[in-house]
Amino acid sequence: MPEAAKNGLELHDVRVRLDGRELVAVDLTIAPGEIVTLMGPSGSGKSSLLGHICGTLPDAFEVTGQVVLDGRVLDGLAPQDRHVGILFQDDLLFPHLSVGGNLAFAVPAHIKGRAARRARVEAALGSAEMDGFYDRDPATLSGGQRARVALMRVLLSEPCALLLDEPFSKLDSGLRSQIRSVVFDLCRKNSLPTLMVTHDPEDGAAAGGRVIELRG
Amino acid sequence: MLRFVPILTLVLMIGPVSAGLIGTLLPAFGILPALGGTTPSLDPWQAMFAQPGLGTSIRLSFVNGLIATAISVSIVMLFCAAWQGTRIFHAMQRVLSPILSVPHATAAFGLAFLIAPSGWIVRVVAQVAGWERPPDIAIIHDPWGIALIAGLVAKEIPFLFLMTLSALPQADTDRTAQVTASLGYGRIAGWFKATLPRIYPQIRLPVLAVLAYSTSVVDVAIILAPTTPAPLSVRILGWLSDPDLALRFMASSAAVLQLLIVIAAMAIWIAGERLVAVIGARWAIDGNRFKQDGAVRGVSAVMALVAAGTVVLGLVVLLVWSVAGFWAFPDLLPRGFSLRLWARELDAIGNSLTTTLLIGIPAVVIAVTLVLACLENEVRSGKVAGRRAMFLIYLPLLVPQISFMFGLQVFFSLLGLERTLVSVVLGHLVFVAPYVFLSLSEPFRALDPRYGQTALCLGASPTRVFWQVRLPLLTRAVLTAAAVGLAVTVGQYLPTLLIGAGRFATVTTEAVALASGGDRRMIGIYGLFQMVLPFAGFALALLIPAVLFRHRRGMGAQNKG
Repeated sequence: MPEAAKNGLELHDVRVRLDGRELVAVDLTIAPGEIVTLMGPSGSGKSSLLGHICGTLPDAFEVTGQVVLDGRVLDGLAPQDRHVGILFQDDLLFPHLSVGGNLAFAVPAHIKGRAARRARVEAALGSAEMDGFYDRDPATLSGGQRARVALMRVLLSEPCALLLDEPFSKLDSGLRSQIRSVVFDLCRKNSLPTLMVTHDPEDGAAAGGRVIELRG
Repeated sequence: MLRFVPILTLVLMIGPVSAGLIGTLLPAFGILPALGGTTPSLDPWQAMFAQPGLGTSIRLSFVNGLIATAISVSIVMLFCAAWQGTRIFHAMQRVLSPILSVPHATAAFGLAFLIAPSGWIVRVVAQVAGWERPPDIAIIHDPWGIALIAGLVAKEIPFLFLMTLSALPQADTDRTAQVTASLGYGRIAGWFKATLPRIYPQIRLPVLAVLAYSTSVVDVAIILAPTTPAPLSVRILGWLSDPDLALRFMASSAAVLQLLIVIAAMAIWIAGERLVAVIGARWAIDGNRFKQDGAVRGVSAVMALVAAGTVVLGLVVLLVWSVAGFWAFPDLLPRGFSLRLWARELDAIGNSLTTTLLIGIPAVVIAVTLVLACLENEVRSGKVAGRRAMFLIYLPLLVPQISFMFGLQVFFSLLGLERTLVSVVLGHLVFVAPYVFLSLSEPFRALDPRYGQTALCLGASPTRVFWQVRLPLLTRAVLTAAAVGLAVTVGQYLPTLLIGAGRFATVTTEAVALASGGDRRMIGIYGLFQMVLPFAGFALALLIPAVLFRHRRGMGAQNKG
């Protein structure tokens, strides 16, 4: 993707409704490397908004407005064609695959050859300080390791934007600040426009970007 | 492609049922050109009502079906209320799951061998009482059909129990039990007042299926029910198999009558549900705690244990008879054992096992494929409307087999598919697919949708998400559903017999055919062989995921099939 096209993630007057009730309405642009925090009580439709951006929101929701990523209109595209990565509060590592298998699942198909793909995965493990974990069962990892593998997995898929759905709420408080800074650093380093929804004010403060409060 | 599968599936379910019902209705009113019936008439009905003992036959089907269902449901509900969340409950779960794989006919034979005048129970009594000869009373084939009720109850309890079990988590039952207990309610009262109203809607369909089955069953009735006269369903089969083809008209009107009996039984059951709901709603808030329910809890455990024990002991007695040499009354065990009969029957059994698999494997593979495609389509389209329509898949379980199997046979012969493997497989599929759906839909829908969403957002196509994420995660559930399907096809008696027109000798048709002969050694052998395939199926469904995912601890918790 040429550098000039990196306009970030634009949400043009996006409104999500369910059964005629408006859940959430936003109009904002997130620059590459910027982390925007959406704060709001549960049930305020934050997760529905993320679902809409990555294309997995069920039909029952009515959505108006336009989502544009690096100049491409995302509306109507299939989730797998959007290049939008998402992290949930659970790591959702696939329990039937090894750690390496989970990461290899995310490596794009245009990287061909077993050796090249494996090299990508090993490099990602190395950058997470998890060398030698390729064949490990994800169920045997610590919470911090699982969180890092989940992050590496989403980055390996070469996303153009990242969505964070309360990604730190299930981590121990000691681990939370550590994983938080890893995630935020990588978002900035990869110039990813990042949208985080949370109800923890500390997440917003740590992100150091704009914080938008939603009404309940 | 995928979005047409639900319609295709429903056509494969509703099609045979409607074609079969039409093929039964027309001859019932005198129209069956192949046998010279071209003008509508009521003669078949007059002929049927002129049959001796028809009233008794109707009563046996109707009353016994209702009683058997009511007893099964009551015992299961009472047992769940009394023991849910305890160690006894989990032990019972482990005992009852394998019992589900025992075909109805095998369980019925086992029961017959236990309670017959020369059966094990009487032999034990005879040892104590010093009897020299078996008592001269009809215990099986008793005129009231009590043996039939017992056979149905013993086999339906495991089914209803497992259905209830899969409904329990959705009602948050463990915490509900804690709340009711802390409010001072006894276990049973708390469960009936707070949990039952939430889970009954989910097990209602299986209950109605049990009612339809119990009211119209053929194979269990041949083995256990009274014979002079027999329940209506058995007599219909007799008329259908009569060399006098003219009896087919009367048999058809009787099959329509059988359908009306099932509908009437369901109407009464549903009226009963309403009544219980109205009374129960008042009872739920009257504040009575029923704290002292130890005795009732004990009784419920004993009843569940007797039901499970009957089936297990029945299997043991089948095994003993199959290798028995000379076995005089009132000896508890035969004087000698011999494998001579097993050796003699080995070839014949091999053939019938092959035939059983020849029908069963295609039926199961088609059913699992269709059900997976329907459920996958549900996930991809995200529509709920289709989900309600899928209830139609259960239709074949609510219509008595005997009411549409003959008509279906007529229909297949019109298509030139009479007595072919294709038609028998389609006939089995009608019953296999609903049970596969019943078994698979709950774990499939319970799978965390965020796995699929995550995979899609990582750039995987929906097809890849299905094959590489959803299907592997559901390995155990899919294999369990396939095992359930195999158990269903192995146990089918009527569809194999009628659609195959006697050409396909499966272990079940062979076993039931032995019932009238009364050769206990042969019945023992064939009864046990009915069990081999379902049992192997369930064993594989446990074993394969355990081996496949032996290095994946997360898979144990992931999909409890």
